[in-house]
Amino acid sequence: MPVNYYIFVSIALFCIGVAGVLTRRNAIIVFMCIELMLNAVNLLLVAFSKMHHVVNFERDASAGIDGQLFVFFIMVVAAAEVSVGLAIIVMMYRNTHSVDINFLNRLKH
Amino acid sequence: MSQLVFLVPLFPLLGFLINGLLRNQLSKPATSVIGCGTILASFIVSLVLFMDVKAGKTGVVELFDFISFDKIHIPFAFQVDQLSSLFLLIITGVGFLIHLYSTAYMQEEEPKHFARYFSCLNLFVFSMLLLVLGANYVIMFIGWEGVGLCSYLLIGFWFKNNDYNNAAKKAFVMNRIGDLGFLLAIFYLLAKVGSVSFGDVFASAPQLTTSSLTIITLLLFVGATGKSAQIPLYTWLPDAMAGPTPVSALIHAATMVTAGIYMIARSNILYTMAPVSQSVVAIIGLATAVLAATIALKQNDIKKVLAYSTVSQLGYMFLGLGVGAYTGAVFHVMTHAFFKALLFLGAGSVIHAMHHEQDIRNMGGLKKYLPVTHLTFLLGCIAIAGIPPFSGFFSKDEILAAAYESNKIYWVIGVLTAAMTAFYMFRLYATTFLGKFRGTHEQEHHLHESPAAMTIPLIVLAILAVIGGFVGVPEVLKNVFFGLDHKLENFLSPVFAASYKLKEIHPADHGTEYALMGTSVLLAVMAIAYAVNRFSKKPDLEEADGFGKVLANKWYADEFYDAIVVKPLNALSKFLDNVIEKLGIDWIVNGVGRGVQYSSRQLRLLQSGQVGSYVLLMIVGMIILFVLQFFLKK
Repeated sequence: MPVNYYIFVSIALFCIGVAGVLTRRNAIIVFMCIELMLNAVNLLLVAFSKMHHVVNFERDASAGIDGQLFVFFIMVVAAAEVSVGLAIIVMMYRNTHSVDINFLNRLKH
Repeated sequence: MSQLVFLVPLFPLLGFLINGLLRNQLSKPATSVIGCGTILASFIVSLVLFMDVKAGKTGVVELFDFISFDKIHIPFAFQVDQLSSLFLLIITGVGFLIHLYSTAYMQEEEPKHFARYFSCLNLFVFSMLLLVLGANYVIMFIGWEGVGLCSYLLIGFWFKNNDYNNAAKKAFVMNRIGDLGFLLAIFYLLAKVGSVSFGDVFASAPQLTTSSLTIITLLLFVGATGKSAQIPLYTWLPDAMAGPTPVSALIHAATMVTAGIYMIARSNILYTMAPVSQSVVAIIGLATAVLAATIALKQNDIKKVLAYSTVSQLGYMFLGLGVGAYTGAVFHVMTHAFFKALLFLGAGSVIHAMHHEQDIRNMGGLKKYLPVTHLTFLLGCIAIAGIPPFSGFFSKDEILAAAYESNKIYWVIGVLTAAMTAFYMFRLYATTFLGKFRGTHEQEHHLHESPAAMTIPLIVLAILAVIGGFVGVPEVLKNVFFGLDHKLENFLSPVFAASYKLKEIHPADHGTEYALMGTSVLLAVMAIAYAVNRFSKKPDLEEADGFGKVLANKWYADEFYDAIVVKPLNALSKFLDNVIEKLGIDWIVNGVGRGVQYSSRQLRLLQSGQVGSYVLLMIVGMIILFVLQFFLKK
């Protein structure tokens, strides 16, 4: 499949993720949208890695493997970040009984 | 020996530093010893220098480079010659007597104020010595400014009284106005001649155009009017009587006010080559002499009469300079220092005895209570009136004879002023010392002769006032006075030789001179007789009216200056303060503060605490960066 399709899908996913982060009020939904953005980037990386491999197959059998390797890193980081973030949200829920981000404006003070 | 000339100003400078810095620790006797001892040491060195100069050893002693860049080279140098050594003797000699007098006069002060007084007085002597010793106009100017400063410090010595502070400010500001003229003259000299040393300037004087010379001499004269209290900058001197009486004696009679005369006498060649300026000097001097004499006729404060008398006598000296009688003017400086200091110290003795009463209408009959003061004051009055063989006669007559040669009208006005001088001095004498005592019973109880520290200077100065004239016996009277020559003229001739060569002073024939002398002496004697007769019997107690009122109010000169100069300046400063300062500059400065406050208030709204808006801003920033990258990397 031409790589353009992958790019369009990735951009679409990323923009949906951004819109979600900006618009949604529920903190857990915001987290999900952040995951969406990260996965959009993962998709793009895999697509380009495959393209790279297909183009340079004769010269180098392992061309384009860096892309897929990097995806693992991103997934690890995403997992770590989600665990910490959800822990914070749980603490905030325990204190204020709400996960509405507009309610959580303690940074003002 | 002239290498030791730097000692002369060094001693008073040390006295100033020691008395000034240690004023809280020193006792009054210690302060007196340091204060008077330094001047005595300077006097001794000045004597040695005088002997050297008399033997012919003159010269310029250069100490160090003061200002030196490019083509301008101004060394810190002293000029030891006849004129400066004579002035050195006068300053240190009379200065020492006045320091001695002050130890008794200022006895009532606390030790730290006593020490402050002596340190200021020593600083004054230091500055005056710099002035007369300087070998170029810049060093002279340093001393010039220094004496103006010390005049301010000493007039306002009793600083708790605001009137005295105003008088001190007035003196300083009027001096400064004159100093502007002096500074402009220095700049002009630097531009035209390239040097301010006396030797260089006088040597290149023939190459300068007459208009340059006129401008320089007129500017120098403006400086002299400020320092020596001539029209139009004379009104500070009567107000300066707010200071202690020894200060008035030293500064405003014997030394500072003669600085202008010294400067013009030193620059005599410039003036001889600019006859326009010389006429200006003569006319202003004469006008001041007459004006001050008329005012003195109606003053009732013992020190104010003497102050106006000083202004008048300074006018005489400028008249002498203006008609080319340089020796006569310097001679009059010397004799005036003697008798005016004597008169002021005598007045101080009277004030001391009357417990700080200065109005002569409350005095009278002090002759029997203050015998030494009375006798010395009388001798001083006779000297200033110009009665032979006292010193005033010789010096005044020399100036008047030269005035006659120049312009008969100068002589007529001069003689009339001399008669007025005799009249008002003896009015002062008779009202104070003769007749019946008009003060309170309290004051009469306390009347006593002053202590020795005050009477000894009076006696010494009286002797000098009597015999001081014999160094200047004119030729016509040579036979009368035991064949004495005009020693002073012979001594000072090298200084004025160039001027006399250019413009010969033709002495009148003997007959005319006798007639001139006779007229002036006769008029003076008549004035004295009339004054003593009138004022010993019926003193001038009523308020003046009519023309007398104008004189008593000093021809309303102060009010005139107030309206013309002071009020417009005050209005200008108020305008500048209210409009430019408050509305303009303050608005800008405060506006900056206001602007910062406003913008900070607006910026604070960004910190809403809403996480959502933070993320939005972050994304907007990222988008902007990407766009810029995209379009700039092209």
